[in-house]
Amino acid sequence: MEHIRTTKVEQVKLLDRFSTSNKSLMGTLYLTATHLLFIDSSQRETWILHHHIAAVEKLPLTTSGCPLVIQCKNFRIVHFVVPRERDCHDIYNSLLQLSRTAKYEELYAFSYNPKQNESEQVKGWQLIDLAEEYKRMGVPNANWQLSDANRDYKICETYPRELYVPRTASKPIIVGSSKFRSKGRFPVLSYYHKNKEAAICRCSQPLSGFSARCLEDEHMLQAISKANPSNRYMYVMDTRPKLNAMANRAAGKGYENEDNYSNIRFQFVGIENIHVMRSSLQKLLEVSGTKGLSVNDFLSGLENSGWLRHIKAVLDAAVFLVKAIAVESASVLVHCSDGWDRTSQVCSLGALLLDSYYRTIKGFMVLIEKDWISFGHKFSDRCCQLDGDPKEISPVFTQFLESVWNLTEQFPQAFEYNEAFLLQIHEHVHSCQFGNFLGNCQKEREELKLKEKTYSLWPFLLDEQKKYQNPLYNADFSPELTLLEPNTVSFNFKFWRNMYHQFDRSMHPRQCVFNLIMNMSEQNKQLEEDIKELEAKVKQRNGQSSAVPVKEHQQSAHPAPMALKTPPSFKKEQPLIPVNDAVRTIEGSNTADNRYSEFVAEFSKAEPAVVSLEYGVARMTC
Amino acid sequence: MEFAELIKTPRADNVVLHRPFYLAVEGTLCLTGHHLIFSSRRQDNAEELWLLHSNIDSIEKRFVGSLGTIIIKCKDLRIIQLDIPGMEECLNIASSIEALSTLDSVTLMYPFFYRPMFEIVEDGWRCFLPDEEFELLSSATDEWRLSCINKEFSVCPSYPPVVIVPKSIDDEALRKVAMFRHGSRFPVLSYYHKKNGMVMMRSSQPLTGTNGRRCKEDEKLINATLRPGKRGYIIDTRSLNVAQQARAKGGGFEQEAHYPQWRRIHKCIERFNILQESLIKLVEACNDQSHNMDRWLSKLEASNWLTHVKEILTAACLAAQCIDREGASVLVHGTEGTDSTLQVTSLAQIILDPRCRTIRGFESLVVREWLQAGHPFQQRCAQSAYSNSKQKWEAPVFLLFLDCVWQILRQFPCSFEFNEQFLIMLFEHAYASQFGTFLGNNENERSKLKLQQKTMSLWSWVNRSEELSKFQNPLFEANSLVIWPSVAPQSLQLWEGVFLRWNRPSKFLDEAHEEMISIIKYNKELQAKVNALRRQLAQLETVDRMQENLRHTQLGIVSPLGSSSVSKLHTVSAEAGTLTSTQLYG
Repeated sequence: MEHIRTTKVEQVKLLDRFSTSNKSLMGTLYLTATHLLFIDSSQRETWILHHHIAAVEKLPLTTSGCPLVIQCKNFRIVHFVVPRERDCHDIYNSLLQLSRTAKYEELYAFSYNPKQNESEQVKGWQLIDLAEEYKRMGVPNANWQLSDANRDYKICETYPRELYVPRTASKPIIVGSSKFRSKGRFPVLSYYHKNKEAAICRCSQPLSGFSARCLEDEHMLQAISKANPSNRYMYVMDTRPKLNAMANRAAGKGYENEDNYSNIRFQFVGIENIHVMRSSLQKLLEVSGTKGLSVNDFLSGLENSGWLRHIKAVLDAAVFLVKAIAVESASVLVHCSDGWDRTSQVCSLGALLLDSYYRTIKGFMVLIEKDWISFGHKFSDRCCQLDGDPKEISPVFTQFLESVWNLTEQFPQAFEYNEAFLLQIHEHVHSCQFGNFLGNCQKEREELKLKEKTYSLWPFLLDEQKKYQNPLYNADFSPELTLLEPNTVSFNFKFWRNMYHQFDRSMHPRQCVFNLIMNMSEQNKQLEEDIKELEAKVKQRNGQSSAVPVKEHQQSAHPAPMALKTPPSFKKEQPLIPVNDAVRTIEGSNTADNRYSEFVAEFSKAEPAVVSLEYGVARMTC
Repeated sequence: MEFAELIKTPRADNVVLHRPFYLAVEGTLCLTGHHLIFSSRRQDNAEELWLLHSNIDSIEKRFVGSLGTIIIKCKDLRIIQLDIPGMEECLNIASSIEALSTLDSVTLMYPFFYRPMFEIVEDGWRCFLPDEEFELLSSATDEWRLSCINKEFSVCPSYPPVVIVPKSIDDEALRKVAMFRHGSRFPVLSYYHKKNGMVMMRSSQPLTGTNGRRCKEDEKLINATLRPGKRGYIIDTRSLNVAQQARAKGGGFEQEAHYPQWRRIHKCIERFNILQESLIKLVEACNDQSHNMDRWLSKLEASNWLTHVKEILTAACLAAQCIDREGASVLVHGTEGTDSTLQVTSLAQIILDPRCRTIRGFESLVVREWLQAGHPFQQRCAQSAYSNSKQKWEAPVFLLFLDCVWQILRQFPCSFEFNEQFLIMLFEHAYASQFGTFLGNNENERSKLKLQQKTMSLWSWVNRSEELSKFQNPLFEANSLVIWPSVAPQSLQLWEGVFLRWNRPSKFLDEAHEEMISIIKYNKELQAKVNALRRQLAQLETVDRMQENLRHTQLGIVSPLGSSSVSKLHTVSAEAGTLTSTQLYG
């Protein structure tokens, strides 16, 4: 609280991000310990979590006041005009302080209290059990076992305690191999395909330099290939571009020399590094945030940003991995440099394509816990949870979600979850409201005592899973272990408007088929219930009126009030009406939302405010 | 001429048909005067492909040894390949197809030979007559009249015989105005906005020339649509530059000095070969699966197709905005007033008028604003994306209009009675059809061709329940509001249903669509059942209560409601029942 000098500023204008005619909403800005809140004159609220703020910028003073632009990690951009410069300065400074947290303990998750008791909190953290997940995959088994080598994080600090390795990989082999791998991240099991008996393994780059080799590491790879009885060849996928991998050799790192390892097939797949991805997203956002953008500027901006090219590269890599397993029954070892960014993307997407379990709501949570959280994707650094090195920030996880979204577009019936689920996860990866994504690795999380001091996100998502269910999901579409074979032709990749313009409602379809179908299939369940109930009542009535009319007389001794009230059979109608209402309100829209309005000066007549940023559903006012 | 003369090899066996995403099929190829027919000989799964010669845009032939290959590119953008054994047969077939797909005379086209196999419920040639339209109008206003000035197409060859004009302007004045407008297309009523009485008119450019000619009658005509003290907007679909250049050729634009109550806005909508080239480039980009991401995006950009979509939509939104929001009347024109003008006036009506978003209303719109308004379909749709002829008059003007409608449909998926298939069907029939509807360039030519007598109307076929069910949007709920689409580039999308239709397997998307429809159908069934049960229950309750009242009376207890209340209860429940159903079915 010591950072907050001004808690309330009145007469603040919220400008429309894309309007060139300076359309705005007037309202009051409040600053709380956790949120920035704007309430406009029609009492609509816009909440911005301090942790979501990526950048605050104070623009030069104008005649109407001092402009303040806030960019959020969930791609919301708000543009305020504060009448007095001093207020603006105060808020600017406060936000600067509040959005840059120095210590984990100051993050929202440590103060967030969802009114759960202790046992609920513990149960929440136990919801996802990775040991259970490995059991589901079919390990341990004759070829794979749980290793206790990293039980005390002695071999690798960024790996979890429980690791699965080939049975033939003895402890000396593990230790030797880990010494030959960047950050000690030796090859371990990520996914086991029980039908093909093939495995996805992951690690970091070998410290091979120009000529170094390590017998234990060679044995380790051999153990992995031997653990697969159906194919003795294994693939080693280096997810980096060849040039980057070669450059790493000069620093004593590098990639596997095919001559030194028996039975491996080595392959580069060319996904760019975190720095390229960061600047790619930056370019994308610059383009999509342009006012009065033309189609050609948009398309060429999209091309120049390279963003979709990178998404395609990630999915192409996953498709390559999946083919090795599904077609050749070969095991695959995936790595990049440190094995926590591109490796996580490719391993998790590969598993998602191979195993329909990960296409369910619970399964997707498990997948994220396994390949991202437990294997040490540096969420804290990549999402800038603490004030740190800006060069560590990178949208690696966002790319993963976007790849999954692309798959849901191609296979509308294969996923139990919908786009809202992906967006909500993205929201909370950055919100620091729950403990799951805090820190960079499991060891750090244990030290922070997150399971005692914070709450897990997953039970909350499960509680409201109705919102995240795909109404078109067909469990029969993909029985267990059905392979998805996506088509990665360029035209199948689209700009994810609902992610990058989530809060720019004027760009969205005004009526959403998906929500409609979702409501309808929800309503269908209710109607089925109603029918059962009504049928029972009709049956009862029929029975009563013919057989025991006297009893009936006793039961309803007061027919008059019944007639005045709603008949009992109509009671069930209540839940239906709001459903339909929700469907019906999203009908019209407003010219003011669109940029064709600005050709005529007289058009800038005051219009009733229509778009709320938070739940902004454009409504017709006439 | 006999078609047989053009068909040297009417039949070839052992022909192999290749299509993307299907296995190759072996079968027999037959050529008739109007069709290419391929039928597979496999008994388990006999398959037939009928292709209208007029649907063929271009053909290529190749030879490897004695095996010939013909690649047929269609106007609906499909590409098929036929492997034909025997060089002579292949050459014969190729030359027949070439000749038959490029017949000069309209009267040799298939619509003149087509005999419908279906029962005609309603003759499409007699639907959507201008009189009906005028009747609707006159219920709202009496400021307009039907003029038969163009009865023999004597005043304006590209206008229909009957047009709607301001009541205060007589035919003599119209004749003078016609002299002042390009192609004699004097301003006529296109749309009347019932909400505020504002109108949209369309015309061609005024013939002001370099020395600024003026025409008092023209000024009087368009001023007649203005309310006292009100101003109107002229939307010129050309850039100011182009409009100025037009003066050198005798054309021009309305000068402020002579039209002080009108404000002119220039929008830039492209025409002719610029559009045709845009289509060719777009289809080329879509057909090449090997493009990497950068190349795909830059090709998509270079085609400019979505830019055209955005420009047209923007102009239409502007026109709609002037009418609905500014409460002003609008005159739209470009040069001839047969292309971009019609795109703008018809799209503005879709935005403003809920009627145009129904199937019949949209058909009526196409008839009024495209066919009767004289869009030269025969010239514009002579060739499609695979044409090599590069004729100036070929242009996908109508396809662009349909694309814009699709963009609005995507943004308001519940506000249209028709679905995407309906738009695709219209695209196909505009380019090649068994029906006479899109033949000819204007009503004048159509009447000379005696299409009404000699061919079948597309609407006769479409407006039967069997066909209509395919084109109905299950999500439709009548929406009486004005619908403003977003024209931001992030909101516009490539029309995959047309441009990627033949380039990707659509199994998963189709199945998902079917699932969606079955959820909607199931929902309707359940609702009907719930309503029926509720009614039944209410009746049972009423019966019970009557018996009870009877018993009370017998026991000497006076019911507080009596018998009248029983019937009242009955009406209440019946009403509630209907209420629910209207609420749920819209």
